[in-house]
Amino acid sequence: MTWDWNFAIQIFPEIASAIWVVIGITFGAYIFSLIFGLVLTFLRRSSFKPLSMLTYGFIEFIRSTPPLVQLFFVFFALPSLGISFDKYTAGILTLGIHYSTYLSEVYRSGIESVPKGQWEAAKAMNFTKTQTWINIILPQAIPPVIPMLGNYLLVLFKETPILMAIGVGEFLQKAQLIGAEHFKYLEPITIVGILFLLLSYPSAIFINKLEQRSKLTFGERKH
Amino acid sequence: MGALEKDLIMIRNSKRQPAETLVSYENVTKKFGETEVLKGINLEIKRGEKVALIGPSGSGKTTIIRMLMTLEKPTSGIITIGGEPLWHKKTASGKLVQADEKHLRKMRSDIGMVFQHFNLFPHMTILRNVTEAPIHVLGLSKEEAHARAVDMLTKVGLGDKLDAYPSQLSGGQKQRVAIARAVVMHPKVMLFDEPTSALDPELVGEVLQVIKDLAKKTDMAMILVTHEMDFARDVADRVVFLHDGQIEEQGTPQELFENPKSERLQAFLKRFLKR
Repeated sequence: MTWDWNFAIQIFPEIASAIWVVIGITFGAYIFSLIFGLVLTFLRRSSFKPLSMLTYGFIEFIRSTPPLVQLFFVFFALPSLGISFDKYTAGILTLGIHYSTYLSEVYRSGIESVPKGQWEAAKAMNFTKTQTWINIILPQAIPPVIPMLGNYLLVLFKETPILMAIGVGEFLQKAQLIGAEHFKYLEPITIVGILFLLLSYPSAIFINKLEQRSKLTFGERKH
Repeated sequence: MGALEKDLIMIRNSKRQPAETLVSYENVTKKFGETEVLKGINLEIKRGEKVALIGPSGSGKTTIIRMLMTLEKPTSGIITIGGEPLWHKKTASGKLVQADEKHLRKMRSDIGMVFQHFNLFPHMTILRNVTEAPIHVLGLSKEEAHARAVDMLTKVGLGDKLDAYPSQLSGGQKQRVAIARAVVMHPKVMLFDEPTSALDPELVGEVLQVIKDLAKKTDMAMILVTHEMDFARDVADRVVFLHDGQIEEQGTPQELFENPKSERLQAFLKRFLKR
């Protein structure tokens, strides 16, 4: 079988039309995990032992089970407990929660890399806990981990195909339907790969720009 | 907590504290795990007094000031500021309980600290380092905080570096900023934890000069943990020699440096005179 350009051009628009679904789900899940990841980090640091232990257990459990299994649980199993979501919400929620556990570890590493002296100086100046976090610790903890946080955006893009298992019309699902209909899989699936490249590359550049900008505000200009 | 209440009643009744006592340590001990770092410290600092803490490494001198700054908690004993216990507070019924963060914050407002490794906030300009606490902790307006900061930074010789970042300064400059940052909060007691120990030798002088000026011009009490003996002699009203977690000897600089009584102090000073 060789490459059929006519076929490729003909089916491209249909596969590409899923781009809004892919972008929507990826960013929905990403923003959710950016926020919930930070929440998990703080819960894990709670001085109330039961809470921090529970959070630790939750993080480890979610990190250790496959996202596809979690997806099936949310979409197929939860309804029997009375909780049901549409496939898009289930997808965003599952991926969001799954990746928030990874982002939580990223935040934790950023926070732990802030020198102890900063905490002591903040105490000496008599800042409240909240002020210490917002004005002193987080501005130092987050910029160094932006590359890692950004990396997970790319990971999330690539994770969206698992949602075809619950019927979400993203790239791979559309490609698979076309392939099955025409018995030609080479072009559709190659196009899916190209589309992912088209999404990931600009994102990687954007993340790079963000990293440069955050370094500037940190004052590491050389002069 | 019964023992502590007894201690406090004893303090009140003994009238050992003259009116001008600002800080007191009563039988303060500190254990880190199994290691006893402080073995019963009894110390009083008067209003406006400049006290130098000297002694070999591990003698506990840094721990003493860290406890006052609420960075370490005493294992036993009572520290008071202005007559009020630091790590404990009195409830409405007069009982002594563990101090909560609210009480600690209230007490902490009278204490300032300069660290050995400066601990400036690297993501803020010099000016913002010095205005941040006045604005967010003291509630000053931006203009007031700005004016105070510029005045203080100029006094320590850094008026032209307001928009620089800490990474662009030398160690001596950083420490001078750290001093400005602490002083601008108008504490009643300023703590210095080996302020020049982390500096290259040629930068030590400029920082000591700033501290000397501070000592002369303000009525803040100062507790200086230092290895700079000449400096201690210049600045201190009283020198306290610590050895192995206990106060071995204390007195005026003249008494201690010229007429050391204890053998350990004599041995300690010998090391510094061998220059």
